[in-house]
Amino acid sequence: MDIKTFIIVAVIKIVLVVFILLTGVAYTTLLERKLVARIQNRWGPTRVGPFGLLQPLADGIKFILKEDMVPDSVHKVLYIMAPMLALAMSLISIAVIPFGPSITVNGTTTALQITGVAHSGGGLSDINIGLLIILGATSIGVYGVALAGWSSNSKYSLLGSLRASAQMISYELALGLSLVGVLLLSGSLSLREIVNAQGQAPWWGWLPHWYIFPQILGFFIYLMAAYAETNRIPFDLPEAETELVAGYHTEYSAMKFAMFFMAEYMNMITVACLATLLFFGGWHGPVPQSAPAIVQSLMPVFWFAVKVFFFMFLYIWIRGTLPRFRYDQLMAFGWKFLLPLAIANIIVTSFIVAWRA
Amino acid sequence: MFHQVLFIIFGLICVAGAVNLLMQRHPINSALSLVVVMASLALIYLLLGAEFLAAIQVIVYAGAIMVLFVFVIMLLNAGAEEHSPGSKIALLMGVPGVIVLGCLVGWIMISNNKQLGGVSISPTDFGGPHNIARLLFRDFLLPFEITSVLILIAIMGAVVLGRRSN
Repeated sequence: MDIKTFIIVAVIKIVLVVFILLTGVAYTTLLERKLVARIQNRWGPTRVGPFGLLQPLADGIKFILKEDMVPDSVHKVLYIMAPMLALAMSLISIAVIPFGPSITVNGTTTALQITGVAHSGGGLSDINIGLLIILGATSIGVYGVALAGWSSNSKYSLLGSLRASAQMISYELALGLSLVGVLLLSGSLSLREIVNAQGQAPWWGWLPHWYIFPQILGFFIYLMAAYAETNRIPFDLPEAETELVAGYHTEYSAMKFAMFFMAEYMNMITVACLATLLFFGGWHGPVPQSAPAIVQSLMPVFWFAVKVFFFMFLYIWIRGTLPRFRYDQLMAFGWKFLLPLAIANIIVTSFIVAWRA
Repeated sequence: MFHQVLFIIFGLICVAGAVNLLMQRHPINSALSLVVVMASLALIYLLLGAEFLAAIQVIVYAGAIMVLFVFVIMLLNAGAEEHSPGSKIALLMGVPGVIVLGCLVGWIMISNNKQLGGVSISPTDFGGPHNIARLLFRDFLLPFEITSVLILIAIMGAVVLGRRSN
């Protein structure tokens, strides 16, 4: 592949992924409103378009057209920078996520991943520290929340952002450690190789070679830490509306508020993608061998999307079901329960891996 | 060529961040300048082919340690600091001293270029997790473990100093 084709393909992939991601974010908000409504025995939005399907569009137009207020005594540079930082960091993470093996269009083969390339020999490779880039982007994303609260110069915002950053720092540890078990089993930090390692022959002939089965403990630690990391119920104390108005984005309006909102939903999607890749075999699923080539290369993407949808559904389901933690319970749960459990999981897994080697 | 251009860009950002760190009056601006320094250092590591180190630099330094700094500044609600008038001796002696020292180091580096030699990086997975793990847990196991004990002692010292006296 020469440099010109490479750049064209890369731009097409970036535009496509960002478009699909943003549409996904918009429709996740609708899905959430609809599902929570059904859980609470209501209808949810029904007025805009058939079944309320155009509601995200109406919301978007409202956000863009609203007056963009900047309160008087804010730290202006940081106040404007914070939502951009939050959004940018959640967009960066999606760049390393592999959605499927590869696709061939007009004789040009490329990996279904923004940072993945296909070699002329037929092999695929991606960035070999993919997982660490996601963790790094998450940890830089904390600044967006922390600075938003501080620069707003309001007590609700400050309290919300202090809670949020303390919570995110605490649960980042458990989140990182819960993934070590999978890394020990797969022996790689590259997301593509981790998924490929789960494509081996099924255990006992019927159980898929997915890492959720040996790493069931790691999976639940990951799930809980990830919910805390994305500030979702039952860990949504940073924006507990009964105590803090809206938490760190109390003073934000119009598009700046929408950026925080989009960043939160994008983080949810990234977390769901990561859970799919690390524990649920990524794009692996039954693909009919008789289907045309384009269907065969898009079928894995379909399975990937189905698994991600399952996690998004779980997010919303839990939001409709569980109450909020108290703050001291949250901290005690993270430090005294999840963290030791994650360390124990690593020790047991590494003993088993060493014993089998 | 492309690498050199990127190196110069990120090197300049790094130095600019470090200077800005000293010039800013507000602690939070200084802390954020330090984040810029850390992030551009990570990018320089990346240019050297040490991608694992670059990621760890971002996660540990820019992500964890500096977030704690910012957190503490926010918690203490530290305001802008006043600049004290600098001492004259520092201005008269310090600035020429720094210039002389810089020239000296630069001159030695340039004139003894051949004896000093360049840094050679083996192209095969030099900065990958496997190689770093091999160095840390096999070749330099003892220094690595001693460092961790040292950090433990530092933590215990902080606990002793921070404990409330009854």
